Amino acid sequence: MIKYTKPLEETTWREMETGGVLTIPGSAREYRVGDWRSQHPVWTKSRCIRCGVCWTVCPEPAIVEEPGGYFDMDPNYCKGCGICARECVTGCITMVPEEE
Amino acid sequence: MDKFGFAQSQKFDTYASRLLPREEYFTSGHRSCQGCGEALAVRWVCKAIGKDAIIAHATGCMEIVSSGMPQTSWMHPWIHVAFENTAAVAAGIETGLKILARKGKIPEPLPAVVAMGGDGGTSDIGLQALSGALERGHNFTYVCWDNEAYMNTGIQRSSSTPYGAMTTTSPPGKRSIGQATWKKNMVAIAVAHGIPYVATASPSYVFDLYFKVRKAIETPGPAYIHVLSVCPTGWRSATDLSVRLGRLAVETGVFPLYEVVNGRYRLTVQPPKLRPVIDYLKPQGRFRHLRKPELDLIQRQTLAAYELLLAKCQAPYPEFPVLSHEEETIAEGA
Repeated sequence: MIKYTKPLEETTWREMETGGVLTIPGSAREYRVGDWRSQHPVWTKSRCIRCGVCWTVCPEPAIVEEPGGYFDMDPNYCKGCGICARECVTGCITMVPEEE
Repeated sequence: MDKFGFAQSQKFDTYASRLLPREEYFTSGHRSCQGCGEALAVRWVCKAIGKDAIIAHATGCMEIVSSGMPQTSWMHPWIHVAFENTAAVAAGIETGLKILARKGKIPEPLPAVVAMGGDGGTSDIGLQALSGALERGHNFTYVCWDNEAYMNTGIQRSSSTPYGAMTTTSPPGKRSIGQATWKKNMVAIAVAHGIPYVATASPSYVFDLYFKVRKAIETPGPAYIHVLSVCPTGWRSATDLSVRLGRLAVETGVFPLYEVVNGRYRLTVQPPKLRPVIDYLKPQGRFRHLRKPELDLIQRQTLAAYELLLAKCQAPYPEFPVLSHEEETIAEGA
C-alpha cells in the first residue's frame, strides 16, 4: 500500500490546487475498495494452468501475478464480484465468504 | 465446451492472455460497483491507447467513480468536461497540439487525443459536439461506453436503452412494457459522417477490443468506437455475469462486433450459429416483465437488423435460431 497524498479525512479544500487540478496520477490506489467485499476468490494451485484469463477479466484490476507465474488477488482492492471464478478456464477459482 | 461460446477469438484469449501489456493506466482503487463491465472496458482501452495520450472525459459513471477528490485513477493527462462538449474539447486539444508543434514548442510525434463519454453523453447530449468534430476531421478517437441508460444518476432511460427494458423513467406496468422505443443506431450515425474508422467492441472479447483501439489511434483523422459495457446495477444482473453477458450479446446477434474502414463493413467476430435472444435477456432483471409477444418481437427485430448488417458486410449467413420456440418465457424459467 503506497501513500500518495494526505489521508482523505485530513485533506481540506484549502490545500487543493487552483482549478481542482490533481497532480499525482493514480493516487486512488491508496483507497481501500477491498473493504466492500463479502466474498473473495481462492485459487486451487494444482488445477491452475497459469493462463491469465482471471487477470484479463478483473475490472479493478485486483489480480496480480506472483513470482511463480500463478495469480492471486490483492486484498486491498478485490471487491468480490466473482467474474474471475465464472470465467476461469479450468474452474480452479472458488468464491469463499469473507470471515470476520 | 459450451462455456467458451462459439467465437474463435475466445479460444485465442485462453493462450495469449499473458502476452498482453502489464502496465495499468486505469489503476485500482476506483469506486465502481462490483463487477462493473465499464471499468473493465476502460482498463483495456487505456492499455491499448498506450502511454502518450491526452483524454477528455464527459460526465458519467466513469468520471464519477475514478476521480473522487482528491484522488484520481487515471495515469494519463485527463480532463473532465461537461456532457455537451467532450468532442469539442478534444478537438481543441488536438488543434492546440498541432499549433504548438508547428511553432516548434513541442516535439513530434504528437500524443494521441482521446475523448470518452457514456451513452448519454454521446448519443443524447453530446451528439452535436461529436457530429461537429467528426465533420471537421480532427485527428482524435471517440470512445463511447454504452451501458444503455443513465446509470450513475439512478437508471434513467436514454436513447440507447433497448426496447422493453425497465428503467426508473420507463417503468413497466399495466399500460407500459418498459422502454417503448428501439435503441438508437449510434454507429450508423458515425458511419454517415464518412470518417475513416468506426467500430463496435466489447470487453468480453479483449483481443478484438485491443486491436480495434490500436487501429483507431493509428488512423489519421477521426475514429469512433462503440463499446458495450455491462452494468450489473442497472441491468439487474448478477455481478459475476458481466463478461458472460457481453459474450451472449454478441452470440445472440443483439450487439454484433464489426468495424467500418472507409465505409466498408467487416464482421470481426462471426458466430457460426446465433443463439435465441432469450439467452441474453433471461439473466437480466430489467427484462423480467416481458412475455412471449414482446420476446418474439425482439427476436424478429434482432434477426432483421442482423441480416441487414450481414448484407452490408457481405458475410456468410450463420444458422439462425427457430423463431417460434414456445417452450419458455422469462417468468416461467426464472
